[in-house]
Amino acid sequence: MHEIEDNTAAPDPLAPETVTINMGPSHPSTHGVLRLVVELDGEVVKRVIPHVGYLHRGMEKIAESMTYHKFIPYTDRLDYLAPLSNNVAFVLAVEKLISLDVPPRCRAIRVMCCEIARISAHLLWLGTGALDLGAATVFFHTFRERETLYNFIEMITGTRLTTSYPRVGGLARDIPKELIPQLKEFLKTFPGVIKEYEELLTRNNIWLKRTENVGTISAKDAIAWGLTGPNLRASGVEYDLRKAFPYSGYEQYSFEVPVGSTGDCYDRYLVRIEEMRQSVKILEQVIATLPSGPVNADDPKVVLPSKKKVLTSMEELIHQFIIVTEGFPAPHGEVYQAIEAPKGELGFYLKSEGDKSPYRLKIRSPSFVSLQAIPQMAEGMMVSDLIAIVASLDPVMGEVDR
Amino acid sequence: MGSEPREVEKVRERFGAALREVVYFRGEDTLVVAPESVLEICRFLKDDPEMSFDLLVDVTGIHYLEREYSYEVVYHLLSLARRRRLRLRTRLGEAGEIDSVTSVWRGADWHEREAFDLVGIRFKGHPDLRRILMPEDFEGHPLRKDFALEQ
Repeated sequence: MHEIEDNTAAPDPLAPETVTINMGPSHPSTHGVLRLVVELDGEVVKRVIPHVGYLHRGMEKIAESMTYHKFIPYTDRLDYLAPLSNNVAFVLAVEKLISLDVPPRCRAIRVMCCEIARISAHLLWLGTGALDLGAATVFFHTFRERETLYNFIEMITGTRLTTSYPRVGGLARDIPKELIPQLKEFLKTFPGVIKEYEELLTRNNIWLKRTENVGTISAKDAIAWGLTGPNLRASGVEYDLRKAFPYSGYEQYSFEVPVGSTGDCYDRYLVRIEEMRQSVKILEQVIATLPSGPVNADDPKVVLPSKKKVLTSMEELIHQFIIVTEGFPAPHGEVYQAIEAPKGELGFYLKSEGDKSPYRLKIRSPSFVSLQAIPQMAEGMMVSDLIAIVASLDPVMGEVDR
Repeated sequence: MGSEPREVEKVRERFGAALREVVYFRGEDTLVVAPESVLEICRFLKDDPEMSFDLLVDVTGIHYLEREYSYEVVYHLLSLARRRRLRLRTRLGEAGEIDSVTSVWRGADWHEREAFDLVGIRFKGHPDLRRILMPEDFEGHPLRKDFALEQ
């Protein structure tokens, strides 16, 4: 949008002219309903203005009239590629607010859920990200393993997408016995499969040309924009909440935090690939050290009783009725609890005035923050690079718009 | 009080009465500060080498009815080097105006736009204070407590 300074002069046919186009909100490579208004000079991106909000459902407002338990299903719809980790983040925040500890077995299963969610989220990112850049084969490979993981998620939670599995003070149910041997089998073969993906991309000349030195962001800029997760680590900043502020027992497991050096699309790719390997390592340790015992805390005023007890004991029936219809009050106060979600720091800020619903609930989502950095990363690059940049940031609009 | 966290000591020493209250709850530290000092305190907390709160995690607003204040603005800060979190909270009157902290952390941009859009807080000095999640022609601020849900 250049300004015409002198109307009387004949137009210069060689003067630079820009075209402004809409990329999205319905565009296959914007990963949902992201709209980018792009000003192009030929194929060069002059300016990008991201517009968000197309998927805004007012979740934070809805939470203000919900009991804490009733809000869990809403969290499924944040990062809908890793609903389990959203569920865990939310219940951890509530448990912090009401100061409730959960048994070791519950903590371990939650870690298991988070890492399964991480691998499946990264597989989706890898498949669609490669597809965006024309590497369609990778997509079919990653969806094969993703399917296996979704089968595990279905075994654990009963559903594939809208998991709502954790509860305040525990889990909806224990994991089924047949899960562990199947998961073990998967973990045995998966590192070899990651190698297969890498053979398709890591040294692929086209992949390198499309991702190396594309969308580079320095550590300083990444911090200034507030990036977290793989997007921050790719710029060389070793910040992982599982190490920095361990939750749900992550301090028991040994794993490495991969970091990049240049902060380009290629580094973001490498970091996520390595994270999948580390998740395998964590899952193996979780299985090897999985504690026995109950999965729910012993707090009848907060934790839902087992179905069997509800049907046989009057007291449990009453508790069930009160927890479901009225909920439980949380003390006056405020907490912020964050986890290392597949996309970065996912945090819940809860402000309670002593009621059975939060006075204010704020969801700090990593994708919302990442999108802010797109203009700086893309301006001056080619329009095809913009596709690579959006894919490499791995945004998901469910958690951006909330 | 020798057991105070270093952040509290330093902010108290430097800004005195602007630090109105300190809240410790569930292992989290909250500084309740005067609204006119927020920008200065933020700049200090980021730039002071001993504080180094280099990453702004979140900014959000809360609306209240029938209190001596109408809004609270909540800032979540993180020091990557020290692995420390800190929360700042400030109270605003009905005007709901406060200095933007975008000059301290660029990343405050969208957070402040969201607090403006949903709660109605106006950030002075923000480079581009537009709605972000709601449509441009939307009227009102949905996260206000007096916002009518049924219309």
